[in-house]
Amino acid sequence: MDTLILSRIQFGANISFHILFPTITIALGWVLLFFKLRFRWTGDAKWMQAYRFWVKVFALSFAMGVVSGITMSFQFGTNWPGFMETVGNIAGPLLAYEVMTAFFLEAVFLGIMLFGASRVPDWLHTTATFLVAFGTTMSAFWILVLNSWMHTPAGFEMRDGVAFATDWWAIIFNPSMPYRLVHMLIASGLTCAFLIAGLSAFRWLWGDRSEGVRATLAFGASLGAVLIPVQILVGDMHGLNTLEHQPQKVAAMEGNWETGPNVPLLLFAIPDEDARENRFEIGIPNGASLILKHKADGVVPGLNDFVTEDGEVLHPPVSKVFYSFRVMIGTGVAMLFLSWAAVALMLRRHPEGGRRGVEGLPKPVLWAFVAMAFSGWLATLAGWYTTEIGRQPWLVEGVLMTRDAVADVPAPLVLGTLITYLVVYAALILAYVSVLFYLARKAAKGESLPERATPGSGAAEVQLLQPGE
Amino acid sequence: MELFGDPAVWLPFTFAALMGLSILIYVVLDGFDLGVGVLFPFAEPAERDRMIASIGPFWDANETWLVLAIGILLVAFPSAHGAILTALYLPVAVMLIGLILRGVAFEFRAKAPLTQKRAWDGAFYAGSLMTSLAQGFMLGLYIMGLEQSWATYGFAILTAVFLTVGYSFIGATWLILKTESALQRKAVDWAKGGIWGLVLGLGAISAASPLVSPRIFDKWFSMPEFLYLAPFPILSGLLVLGLWRGLQRLPAEGDKGAWQPFAGSIALFTLAFLGLAYSFYPYVVPEKLTIYEAASAPESLIIILVGTCFVLPAILAYTALAYVIFRGKATELSYD
Ligand code: HDD
Ligand code: HEM
Ligand code: HEM
Repeated sequence: MDTLILSRIQFGANISFHILFPTITIALGWVLLFFKLRFRWTGDAKWMQAYRFWVKVFALSFAMGVVSGITMSFQFGTNWPGFMETVGNIAGPLLAYEVMTAFFLEAVFLGIMLFGASRVPDWLHTTATFLVAFGTTMSAFWILVLNSWMHTPAGFEMRDGVAFATDWWAIIFNPSMPYRLVHMLIASGLTCAFLIAGLSAFRWLWGDRSEGVRATLAFGASLGAVLIPVQILVGDMHGLNTLEHQPQKVAAMEGNWETGPNVPLLLFAIPDEDARENRFEIGIPNGASLILKHKADGVVPGLNDFVTEDGEVLHPPVSKVFYSFRVMIGTGVAMLFLSWAAVALMLRRHPEGGRRGVEGLPKPVLWAFVAMAFSGWLATLAGWYTTEIGRQPWLVEGVLMTRDAVADVPAPLVLGTLITYLVVYAALILAYVSVLFYLARKAAKGESLPERATPGSGAAEVQLLQPGE
Repeated sequence: MELFGDPAVWLPFTFAALMGLSILIYVVLDGFDLGVGVLFPFAEPAERDRMIASIGPFWDANETWLVLAIGILLVAFPSAHGAILTALYLPVAVMLIGLILRGVAFEFRAKAPLTQKRAWDGAFYAGSLMTSLAQGFMLGLYIMGLEQSWATYGFAILTAVFLTVGYSFIGATWLILKTESALQRKAVDWAKGGIWGLVLGLGAISAASPLVSPRIFDKWFSMPEFLYLAPFPILSGLLVLGLWRGLQRLPAEGDKGAWQPFAGSIALFTLAFLGLAYSFYPYVVPEKLTIYEAASAPESLIIILVGTCFVLPAILAYTALAYVIFRGKATELSYD
């Protein structure tokens, strides 16, 4: 394997590992703020219980996000120097603004949020919680601006092979940014909703009947039920926008080889890139034409349009994009079924009056939530693979090819670091998931969660349990 | 913008200064928390919790200065960024793995089952050590002009060891400030042991830089400059003496002067850093690329600078706020 392919795998591995944790923290920050405010307003201790459990998950996820993010920021230089040399004038300021407006905010106020409860007035602690949530969202904003710009570049001109900014407004609000940002933020909300519901269901199955776990189980399931239809709608709009700007990507997502009308929506197929056709197609007639053009005879672009006269392939690898896309959609549909079924069950009336609430959830549904605790990760990764692999062979669409950006580092060196990263990441994911379940089990048994063993922890507990004035 | 003269001159200079500032802040701040990690195996398990508590609220923000420094290198001097980081590929990877290990161990040691705590402590130590050594190694290679040979590797290994000892020194002085009784007494001993690393490190770098580069030699030993520079070694010498004498008196009645060693080591790090900056200016890749040749387009730099003028003071202010909120001994630190 050469340096290019190894660097690509390494980049893919690092960013995939990184994105797992921001996906959780972006939304969890707001959820924590919600728990905290609910507690202040209602004085009901269950919200504080919820806060105290989930803030631990947040702290752990945040640490994982930070360390893997630092790796990301070095990657550009160590593996992709061509990226900064070509589009540095545009990528640079966006990354700089991310560091300045988001990273410092999060990092400093995280300290106050996690350790400061007993040292600062309650309003300041709430403000810190807000600023942390706001900071993670700002991070997502800036990095998605950059990523969207790489898909749909705008507001620049090329001089001597280097991109120069001409219109910052157009760069920031590039054509795919609004869709990508909204879709990603909702993805984060869903990831968080299913994680909360999953771990709460797990605690319930372990016999935990505390008010806190009731609150979070109902909260997670309802949040999922509200967000998933919105996500499907936004995803559809995102796809239509991509059709306009990156038709070759949509062709790969649909597995459509020839441009034409009445294209079916493929539920399953095995794309064969050598023969340039699909095998074992199962599809809904006219489905793709209907979704993409809202007409049964709408013309959908095909992959064969993206092969040059002399045979150079300018469309992405088809099967990876095709399958990733289906994994994301499949997960989304599963989320829809589960969360709506759960909400319907919870809304059923009790014979003695009132709603059944979480008591109304039968065991199989609870187990389904446990099984889907990390389904948000699956859908998010699949979505990113669709979008990023779908951009190949371009790194910046129409501006810079991935192969032209790679560093001149010996392949064995890249292989060595790649293997090391993979080993470390595998171990850490294992540790992370098992610690979450360990914390849930401990909480279910009513054991106090491990504190940082320092004298004086009690003070914070007492204060946090007082509703604010 | 003509107001300030040619933007192709003052912008690169401003950004080099900003980058220097964030590297310095990073080295001092993450220096002390890395140092605390390097000192881990010398402490009793109970003391380790206290040591962690002393850096808990700060380490994340401390590391962010590294992200800012590398960010400025990336945005302001893109070609230098590629050249430096590809040349330092391996030590960078070691550092990143180290940072990953220590960053997560921090959280895991407090949340994983108790039986795993020792293992995470080990990861915290190993990660801190890897990071410090890798940074020292990079510093050495950079001083050697990023040349790759056995001789330069030898020197880099030397600086790796010295920087690590230097970090453990500033870490120990931080602990003197933030802890009490037995642990504080231990920290005083650690600081006494660590100060030699700093002295040897400063000495080695000062001796090597002019020898490697005739340009640096001239910058130091030609006449008027030599006089302007004289305060550097003299001040550093005085500081080392002061630190040494101060450490003999600690811990003192009523915790008097517990802040002095930490303040002294910040001053020492700053002096050393200024010396290095003076030697290498105007090069960003030693002897190959100056900041003026490597700078990005002025349009892009201006956009960042405008933001920086507003944001940097805010960052400094709320960073200071955090240090004020968490002032005092680390005993009462609680987690929630
Ligand atoms: C919980 C996560 C999640 C779920 C349930 C879905 N998605 Fe998604 N999707 C993402 C998370 C995501 C993502 C990770 O956020 C991506 C990757 C890049 C991006 O912009 O968003 C994405 C990308 C992405 C793209 C690629 C856009 C491009 O070309 O750049 C399309 C067309 C869709 N999504 C459409 C959908 C549809 C129709 C869904 C309905 C079931 C759906 N997504 C569910
Ligand atoms: C918003 C920030 C992002 C930026 C700036 C970015 C940038 C890049 C770059 C530089 C490459 C080229 C290297 C390569 O071909 O491997 C790439 C490809 C890739 N990225 Fe992203 N990416 C971002 C987000 C993501 C996320 C969040 C994921 C996944 C979860 C992801 C997954 C991938 C994958 C799998 C490839 C490999 C495609 C292939 O080689 O076929 N990216 N991206
Ligand atoms: C190539 C691309 C990327 C780089 C260079 C990068 C860099 C970083 C860095 C350095 C940090 C740590 C900040 C700190 O010290 O506090 C971080 C955290 C974060 N990143 Fe990324 N990142 C990338 C991709 C992404 C993507 C695709 C997203 C999401 C859409 C994202 C969202 C976040 C968020 C929300 C945080 C803060 C919260 C947390 O750490 O959990 N990043 N990133």
